[in-house]
Amino acid sequence: MGLRLQNIDKIVGRETHLKNISLEFEPGSRNIILGRTLAGKTSLLRIMAGLDRPTIGKLHIDDRDVTGISVRKRSIAMVYQQFINYPSLTVYKNIASPLKIAGLKRTEIDQRVRKTAAILHIDDLLDRLPTELSGGQQQRTAIARALVKEADLLLLDEPLVNLDFKLREELRIELQEIFSRRKAIVVYTTTEPAEALMIGGNIVVIDEGRILQTGPTSDVYQNPATIKVADVFSDPPMNYLKGVVTADAMRLGHGIDIPLYGHWSSLKVGQYQFGIRANHLFLTRTSEAEVKIRTTIELSEINGSETFIHVNYDNSMLVIQQNGVHAYRIGDPITLFVNPHYLMAYNEDGLLAASPSMKTATGTNVGNVGDNHGEH
Amino acid sequence: MDKWEDNKAWFLVLPVFVIVAFSAIIPLMTVVNYSLQDIWGPGQRVFVGAEWFKETLSDHRLHDALWRQFLFSGMVLLIEIPLGIMIALAMPKRGWGVSASLVTLALPLLIPWNVIGTIWIIFTRPDIGLFGAAINGLNITFDHTSSPLDAWITLMFMEVWHWTPLVALLAYSGLRAIPEAYFQAAKIDGASAWATFRYIQLPKMRGVLTIAILLRFMDSFLIYAEPFVLTGGGPGNSTTFLSIYLVKIAVGQFDLGPAAAFSLIYFVIILLFSWLFYQALQNVGKGEKNG
Repeated sequence: MGLRLQNIDKIVGRETHLKNISLEFEPGSRNIILGRTLAGKTSLLRIMAGLDRPTIGKLHIDDRDVTGISVRKRSIAMVYQQFINYPSLTVYKNIASPLKIAGLKRTEIDQRVRKTAAILHIDDLLDRLPTELSGGQQQRTAIARALVKEADLLLLDEPLVNLDFKLREELRIELQEIFSRRKAIVVYTTTEPAEALMIGGNIVVIDEGRILQTGPTSDVYQNPATIKVADVFSDPPMNYLKGVVTADAMRLGHGIDIPLYGHWSSLKVGQYQFGIRANHLFLTRTSEAEVKIRTTIELSEINGSETFIHVNYDNSMLVIQQNGVHAYRIGDPITLFVNPHYLMAYNEDGLLAASPSMKTATGTNVGNVGDNHGEH
Repeated sequence: MDKWEDNKAWFLVLPVFVIVAFSAIIPLMTVVNYSLQDIWGPGQRVFVGAEWFKETLSDHRLHDALWRQFLFSGMVLLIEIPLGIMIALAMPKRGWGVSASLVTLALPLLIPWNVIGTIWIIFTRPDIGLFGAAINGLNITFDHTSSPLDAWITLMFMEVWHWTPLVALLAYSGLRAIPEAYFQAAKIDGASAWATFRYIQLPKMRGVLTIAILLRFMDSFLIYAEPFVLTGGGPGNSTTFLSIYLVKIAVGQFDLGPAAAFSLIYFVIILLFSWLFYQALQNVGKGEKNG
């Protein structure tokens, strides 16, 4: 089954939730919708599911217009942020419920329920009620209920957001494995870049109800087409250094001159913002090409097994991500090493002008930008 | 435990202890005191043991009142709970209709109880009451002052009108607390409206319905002001409920001993039934495990 969204708008009252959304999903594909909270991810999923009707636009399944067709008549399964299970039914009956409604034979239901429960490692909890389960187990039950239907379209709306860190990591890995064996179109929404990268597949970056960029997830990560995409698809946030490109060199911040070579040679003369990810800023020199930035530490925080150092340079905040737990004193001087190879150049309109993996400045693998409808 | 002497934290419990003693334990013990003695006046009393309890328990008028009371409370629960749920389900979910229906529903709850009795006396009067005159105008004789059945019908109408809104409000709050995602999930599953009610809404309302059932049982079992004003326990004894009978003994006849014994029995019955309801409702959801 292929799913195609054509110029979809969703307007509720005076608010535009979605604007001009056109997307195509191929059978068996894994798709991520990445966007911040309230970007319109859930609205988009609800329209794909048929829970909501688009204000304008059409929804096609295999060239059949299904825009007005009730969700009850479609082959869909959905997993929510909240752990949605029938509260008075056991795990077994919860998983069996969609099959029961579909009118399957008892033996087949039993077989499929047990198989799905085994995949999600809840086969020893089948007699429990949802309230007797932990959060992770409740969400596993909800996922099992979605999988057991073997629907053509599997929608997951930030399914791991309400779980604690460890459970999230665990389920993320399992989900990846589960998705790869499905024939269904999987659409997975998230706010987290790391989660998007892990699930892989194709990505749709949305913000304020509009598509910013589409393409294979890793391509989009390496070549965020606009500053906006880079911001959404970067955690900790992308660092920016102001710079000027002249005929033979580029100058960053306070007089750091870098000769134009490699992907920089195609840059036109002008003002740029150079983006670099927190994990590409180093505290020790790793290669000859690196340039030095001297500044002082403003803040140092430890998150999990990583340390984030915040510094101020040339009136902008930079964040350095370091593996491992390190203690730093606020106010101490610090030297950063920036490898120009990792820089991404954004022009004054906020559009990507050059990046390490971009083939030319106008790029063939830079995804679709802004007014584009996202056709593949 | 070797630091027992220093444990001054016990003093913190004292205020609560004093308040509970004065608000509950001492009044209750006074009643117990009356129930075990025959008291004529200050200093004139004799210990009678369980005599008042025996007398009360064998009083057939009390038995009648007790059955009447169970019938009344049973009917109240059977009508008000389903009706309240139905009203809650039919109420609007958003927009101006929400506040409008909430205010309309809350109106009967704001009226003083004895005023309610007066309202219904006037409403059902066969000569000038809107309801009474209209019914009699249809050539149906309706008079709650002379017919026990009419008295009961009037009482039930009054009670349902007065208290169903409470059940509806509680049920509505329970319904509104269910995340929208549950209904979407049910839709995606293709569940029917009945299945959605049975497997999502009803189980999710269990908490508030437990409270509603307990409140309505206790309240209707203790009902006094409304029937006292409306029928005064009549015609005959047909609407003499436990509390009305109790007041007759205690205030009317000033038989404080039997009245005290009666009060204690009354108290135990309410406690027992509330506990039974609570236990039953706690196990409702779990019964489906093996079903």
